[in-house]
Parts: sequence; structure tokens; C-alpha cells
Amino acid sequence: MSRAPLSSLRRALLLATAAALLAGCSGIEPWVKPYERANLADPIMSFSRDPVADSYVNHVYEAREGARGAEGGGGGGCGCN
Amino acid sequence: MAPREEVAVAAAATDKRARFHWGLLAAGALGFCLPLTAAVLPEDRADALYHAYSGGGLEVNGPSYLARKQLGKYTSLFGNYYVDAISSASIDVVTTASQYTERREEKTLGGDFLYEKTLFNLSFTNSEESDFSARSAAFGISHSMFGDLTTVSLGYGQGWDTIRRRATTGSGTDPDFEKKADRQRYRLGLSQVLSKNALINLNYELVTDEGYLNNPYRSVRFLNGSGGYDYQSEVYPNTRTSHALGLKVLYYLPYRAAVHGEVRGFMDTWGINALIGEVGYVHPLGKDWTFEASYRYYTQSRADFYSDLFPRQDAQNYLARDKELSTYVSHGLGLGASYHFAQRGWGFIDKGSLNLKYNYMQFNYQDFRDLRVEGYTPGTEPLYSFSAHVLRLFISIWY
Repeated sequence: MSRAPLSSLRRALLLATAAALLAGCSGIEPWVKPYERANLADPIMSFSRDPVADSYVNHVYEAREGARGAEGGGGGGCGCN
Repeated sequence: MAPREEVAVAAAATDKRARFHWGLLAAGALGFCLPLTAAVLPEDRADALYHAYSGGGLEVNGPSYLARKQLGKYTSLFGNYYVDAISSASIDVVTTASQYTERREEKTLGGDFLYEKTLFNLSFTNSEESDFSARSAAFGISHSMFGDLTTVSLGYGQGWDTIRRRATTGSGTDPDFEKKADRQRYRLGLSQVLSKNALINLNYELVTDEGYLNNPYRSVRFLNGSGGYDYQSEVYPNTRTSHALGLKVLYYLPYRAAVHGEVRGFMDTWGINALIGEVGYVHPLGKDWTFEASYRYYTQSRADFYSDLFPRQDAQNYLARDKELSTYVSHGLGLGASYHFAQRGWGFIDKGSLNLKYNYMQFNYQDFRDLRVEGYTPGTEPLYSFSAHVLRLFISIWY
């Protein structure tokens, strides 16, 4: 008795979510325009400016600590070079 | 007190634990270093680094060379050669074995391959030392979307270790001792541009190990029933699975400088829970200099089968007295300076930098005791602590 409305509600939510996702995939506007990415492109805006030096210090941490993983790697910048 | 275990050649102890994950870590760190937006290949660049670690009786130094070169528009290849020259008289070595020296060489080759908005990377690492070999391979894929504001990355790595043990007499390794361990790493990452001044990076990683996970040289101590203690070999489970989740934030300040922060949590099937926090500041000075400073905090709880002093021999199925599996807190301070040269190019060089980075680390153990002091009832010795200095001096050129 009470399951029918719930199923309808679930279907409606599912459809709404799917529609939102599909709409999102096709129409999301970048909220930071390419011409606004000067600061992001600065070399200081990198999670790992020096891979060889960062991988070494991560090695030291992994040797001295019980934890491991999810150190994150390089990255940063604006992707516009 | 227990007699010191004078096993002259069975000397390597805690510090060798470092190598167990190094191959996979290197493959990961060098191979998965993806730009935030994955639709570009990494820059052509070469680095020559000298590294030195000194702390707790352990000295490690050596070079690391990394070169990367783009081939055509869609492929970038890299190679890394790394050496650890180790001299150890750490507390484990001093209390249960003899000082040793060791050399480890590691080679990594890899490549990044760009296809539209997707970047693929692949790397292979081989690490060799006298009683330990590690091979690993890593694969990653990264895709940028939503106007290059979001990058999703996936990674998988596998490692194959061979563990040997030095012979107790003469030189070489014990022909009757050879063990294997296999390791797998699964990574999931999300990088996001939040605003024109802010980036975040969310990473999850699952690591699972299976095989011989012990250090073949290390011992635990136990009460011998006559007021002292004796030693027996450690026994570890032969599987371990861990989860780590980290969030990094990077923010560009109103003047030209950046602050960054990181929070990371960790848990594993051995009962270790850890929390890592880091904050840092990067400040360019003019066109030629960049300075940086950071603070890092680390804390963890002990493994379920860790004890500084077991009540009797074979007190439980699994036994460990590795201080890296104990409860402790660590504080770290990092300082760095970079001088940028040839910024308008010089010959084939587009630009270069000379860099010096220094880290100070303090480790305060809460259930690992200093057995170098005498005259204490077992279990009442002072708690162990030590500080370490880490130096990285390197030159980088872009071409």
C-alpha cells in the first residue's frame, strides 16, 4: 500500500537527478574563464613544483611513518601552458 | 638485562622498512604527477638532486637524477636514477645488532600519453640492494572536464618484492632464505578549480600487501621471568590493507604569494590510525627568488600487535616492536629557497633554478622505550625521541 507512492517518489528523484546530470554534462559554463586564470597559472600555484624533490621527501615520510598513500602528486596551474 | 644480540651481519633493522614501499611510491610520485588539468603534457625538464638524511643514528645520502622530454605533441617520456647510501647505527641497530652500511639503486622509466582531454601514464621501477629487490609498475589515467576546471584521475600500481637475508657468517646472503611480497595500490583523485585564486585536490588511496611483510632482522623483547628481558624474532601478519584520504588546498594571496594546507587521514587492518596536517607559505621575492616555509604535524596510534615489552615469549600470534608501528607524534618544519636563473633562455635552456630545501623533524614516541640506558626495571626506561635533518640541494633546467 505505502510502497507505490515511495516508488513513484524514487522514480521522480531518479529522473530529476539523471536530468540534472545530463543537463550538467552538456551545459556547464566554466565559472573561471580562461582569461581569469593568470593567478592559477603562476608556478607558485602548484601542488608539486619540484617532482624529484617532493618524491624524495615523501619517501622519507613513508619510511619514518606508519601511514602511506594519498599523498597527492603534482598538479596545480591553469592547464594553459 | 638481555645480552645484546651480537649478530654481526644480521644487522639491518628498522631503517630497511623504508624500502618496502619505495618502488611503488616512486612509480606513483613520479608517474602519477599529473597537472591539475590533465589536457597538457608535463614540461620538458631535468633535475639533479643531492639528498641527505641524518637522524636517530641513521645517515642516508645520494643523488637523484630526473629527466623528462616530450616526443612530438602527444608523448612525454621520463627517466629517474636514484641512489641511497645508508649508514645505520639507529636505536634498533645499537640495541639488537651491529652498525651496517648499505647501498640501494633505483631506476624508473615512464611516459605520459595525451589523447584529447585524457592523459595516460605508465611507469616501471626497479630497486636493488644486497638483500632486497623490488620491481613495480604503475598505470594512471586522468581526464579533464567542465572547461578544464575539474580533473578526475585513476591509478593502479603493482609491486613485486624479493626479500633476502644476509648470511650470519661470511658475506653474501643466506641461500636458504628468500621470501616474496606482492603489493597493489589503487588511487582515485579529484582536482578542482574553485575560483580564480583557489584550487583543491582530493585523493583516496587503497594499498594492499600480501606475503612476507616482516623485517627479517628485527626482534621484539619479552620478560624472561627473572627480572630481565630476552629477544625473539618479530612475527607480522602476511596481509595488510590500508586506506588513506587526503585533501589539499592551494590559495593565491592578494599579493604574489600562495598558502597551502593539507589534511590526511589513514587507517589500516593492523589497527594503525594516523592523522597528518600541513600548512605552508610560498613567497617570491622579485623575479629571481622564491622562499617557502611549512609546518607538518603527524600522529598515529600503534598497531594491534605492537608492544614495547611482551609479558612472555610467544605471548601472541603476531609480535612487533618496530617503532614505526608504535604510538607517536611528529612535528616538522620545512624551509626552502630557490634562485631562478637564465629566465630569458641560455642556449638550449629556457630557464633554470637552483634550490635548497631543509626539513627538521622531531619524533616523540609514547610507547617505545630507549634501551640504551641501563639500570631501569624493564618497561620503565625513558621513552625514546629523536630529531632528524633532511637536506635537498638540486638544480633544475627547463628546455
